[in-house]
Amino acid sequence: MPASAASGLRDRLSHGLAAPICLTWELTYACNLACIHCLSSSGRRDPRELSTDEVKRVVDELSTMGVFYVNIGGGEPMTRPDFFEILAYAVGQRVGVKFSTNGTRLDQASAERLAGMDYVDVQISLDGATAEVNDAVRGAGSYRAARRAMDNLAAAGFGPFKISVVVTRHNVGQLDALAAMAERYGAQLRVTRLRPSGRGADSWAELHPTASQQHYLYEWLRDRPQVLTGDSFFHLSALGEPLEGLNLCGAGRVVCLIDPVGDVYACPFVLHDEFRAGNVRDGGGFAAVWRTSELFESLREPTSAGACASCGSYDACRGGCMAAKFFTGLPLDGPDPECVFGHGHADLAGAGSPPRPSADHSARVPVRLVARG
Amino acid sequence: MFDASRPWRLHPQVALRDESFGALAYHYGNRRLIFLRSRTLVELVRSLEHFDSAEDALAELKEPRRAGYRSALARLAASEVLDAR
Repeated sequence: MPASAASGLRDRLSHGLAAPICLTWELTYACNLACIHCLSSSGRRDPRELSTDEVKRVVDELSTMGVFYVNIGGGEPMTRPDFFEILAYAVGQRVGVKFSTNGTRLDQASAERLAGMDYVDVQISLDGATAEVNDAVRGAGSYRAARRAMDNLAAAGFGPFKISVVVTRHNVGQLDALAAMAERYGAQLRVTRLRPSGRGADSWAELHPTASQQHYLYEWLRDRPQVLTGDSFFHLSALGEPLEGLNLCGAGRVVCLIDPVGDVYACPFVLHDEFRAGNVRDGGGFAAVWRTSELFESLREPTSAGACASCGSYDACRGGCMAAKFFTGLPLDGPDPECVFGHGHADLAGAGSPPRPSADHSARVPVRLVARG
Repeated sequence: MFDASRPWRLHPQVALRDESFGALAYHYGNRRLIFLRSRTLVELVRSLEHFDSAEDALAELKEPRRAGYRSALARLAASEVLDAR
């Protein structure tokens, strides 16, 4: 579509939609890994998590609202004993499911079960092409577990699953190897941006790609439009031709997040009270939160370019990611901390202590992954 | 190739959701999201199944508008939002 049509559409989308295009739903804070960049600081289950029946009522609502699919995550969603029951229910209500898993619970039997379901996509998280690079972020044994899950999906004839990679300073040099791995499996590669959210607040400074790596990443993605990005690298579009995708911050406009206790946040990367719009247990359910919450209404107002107004690339990157700015202590109407022109650097140096994520479900003791059969 | 003289319908694996700008279409088979950027186009797409050909459905529109909507239908057919009956 021509650029003018694309930007017209982007303007319409920024005013919000009748229902989200893309809704992330974290089913549990329980996780058997303790990745150092976990967006939701997951580890321990929260006793207030939605019950099976409550989850089904939310699915009913999403189905009525015409939400096409949900991105299910966590925590590790497969640790929920009702995981397959929820999947089957959602698909039965014509709400497609894409779910992210670390793969540790994806044994041969579950792979075969998944292969038999329509409208279910699986994303295996992997943050390196080698155990050394991956396990430094995701924990000892996690590479082997993820590869075993991929082997199980391939053996079950699941079809093109996704390998989902958070791009870091240490794995950006392995993108070609990761693409080759995906090709060998007949899988799709999906790469997303590291955010300073959750436990990522503490690891971001040492993990986020360098400026020259960002240039490399932009070129790499430009050459490979088939690689999925979840629209997460739009801040790189300031470097030239826009990358594939809508190239806008969709928080509260086209995306949102439901957390395991039913809290609704503007996006998966801002689990903080300031971006909490309501709870699905409130009287009007999810629909009322989406349609009438004050937070979402304010996010749908026209935004000011602020300190970025004088930059010729503002129309391309729109100032970047709200969550990245928030959790690095930068003003929301200024440059992204990873602004490709370095406009965020000076501000970063002067930023006070950034806000901390509101909740922490991290395991109290380090978890150890025990290899299973 | 889109043949407007044939009967068409919304693809059975496609869900349409009305939006202020028109509608969003999601194809559960190829997992693609498509934007329909006018209310008229949305109504036209929904009407296809009631006509013997896409051309008959287009005939409900004023003549000068038909060519544009014929191309829009061709694009939707190429994205498999439409299905030949």
